Amino acid sequence: MFSASDLRKGLKIQIDGEPYIIVDFEFSKPGKGQALYRCKLRNMISGNQFSNTYRSNDKFEKADLEERKMQYLYNQDDEYHFMDTQNYEQLFLTREQLGDNINYLMDNMEVQVLFFGSRPIDVSLPIFVNLGVTKADPWARGDTSGTDTKPVTVETGYQLQVPPFVEEGDKIQIDTRTGEYVTRVKE
Amino acid sequence: MLTREGLQLRAALLHSIRSFFRSQQFLEVDTPVRQPVVIPESTIDHLPSGEWYLQSSPEQAMKRLLAAGSGNIFQLAPCFRRGERGQRHLEEFLMLEWYRMDADYDALMQDCRDLIITVVAELSGEPSSQKLIADSALLKKNLQQPWQRVTVHDGFLRYCPVSVEEALATGCFDEMLVEYLEPNLGVRNPEFLVDYPLSQASLARKKAGDNALAERFELYCDGVELANGFSELTDSSEQRIRFEEELERSGDDFSMMPERFLKELDKIDRAAGIAFGVDRFLMLLMAAPNIEDVVSMAPSDWF
Repeated sequence: MFSASDLRKGLKIQIDGEPYIIVDFEFSKPGKGQALYRCKLRNMISGNQFSNTYRSNDKFEKADLEERKMQYLYNQDDEYHFMDTQNYEQLFLTREQLGDNINYLMDNMEVQVLFFGSRPIDVSLPIFVNLGVTKADPWARGDTSGTDTKPVTVETGYQLQVPPFVEEGDKIQIDTRTGEYVTRVKE
Repeated sequence: MLTREGLQLRAALLHSIRSFFRSQQFLEVDTPVRQPVVIPESTIDHLPSGEWYLQSSPEQAMKRLLAAGSGNIFQLAPCFRRGERGQRHLEEFLMLEWYRMDADYDALMQDCRDLIITVVAELSGEPSSQKLIADSALLKKNLQQPWQRVTVHDGFLRYCPVSVEEALATGCFDEMLVEYLEPNLGVRNPEFLVDYPLSQASLARKKAGDNALAERFELYCDGVELANGFSELTDSSEQRIRFEEELERSGDDFSMMPERFLKELDKIDRAAGIAFGVDRFLMLLMAAPNIEDVVSMAPSDWF
């Protein structure tokens, strides 16, 4: 069980049998008033969000969540297939469940699949992934037109803005939390 | 942790506050941080220190000094409240508290205005502070214009879906205040929310002419609560009844009654007192989103 003083951004709790993550948290306490814990919560299955204010004596159930290390295999239409490397069990998540994560999924990549009870609901990726650039406009050296980024496409099909010196065939590191370019990597 | 420039600004702020009160013939005092018995307030959780408690405010000690004849006093006091953490809350924070003799809450509201105008003028005149407070919302306001007062009753009517009476009856006064009222207060200029229901002001005097209200106010600037002040309740038998209600609400036993404080309270003739958040003032001056950005060392700086 959690109490109100445990509430913080990122905490996962269970309400009416469903897992929720706190996406926004604010502590308020008007002068001479009581402590209020104002939360915005996202249902980890449906994605629906709602706001609620809790008080000091409120209690919360811990969400029944478990992470298992799995390998990404392939996708067929909207189904993305993963395999448990321990027992070779296979399962899939939908494009909708994966959201922006599909931008960084590479065949054979190891990820953590999040289970609510026995049901897979999400994956967590490494914070940084290295992906090859498959399409980039050449860098016109000495170009001083003022733009300091250009668009490129990486091997997953994801497009992002990078510094002008990045070229086709380079490998670049991307922050999966923001989807932004971090650095060029040498391999 | 504050940079050297931040430390300089914080020091300049403390200096400016002290010289303001000295110029008004207030005496600076320093009272003990630890107390064997605390003022009963059901919404405050005290941090123990051995068998005693760390003060949640210097109110008890300072009123006893008043009763003993100190005259006008002020203090910059570290205060402690367990479990308070957030963008505008730290478990340990710096409070400016002052008491004015032969005065009521009107005089304190005037003090607030004079203090803020004086401090802002002084800091913006100092080259070392100028740069750090350049983004302050206080500089963009015309502080010389009148500062509005809105009563709690009218504030609820204006901004809340329910009246203050309904909010009190359904136990959602604080929720309504935080959700609907506070964000609207002090937008154009700092603003006072005044005349609280008696149940929300256990140490304040009843309003002259309306026994259901207390002469209590809060100062807001851009939705941030900066200070809480009131005309002091100095009638010990009425204070005892209010304390008993607070003790009942918090489930504490009656051995926690501050008897010595009550015994001396009647010796204060007439006074008004206020607690003013120094860290929050600095947040407004530095346009800092988080209180951790304005203290010399925040809890997270230890880990």
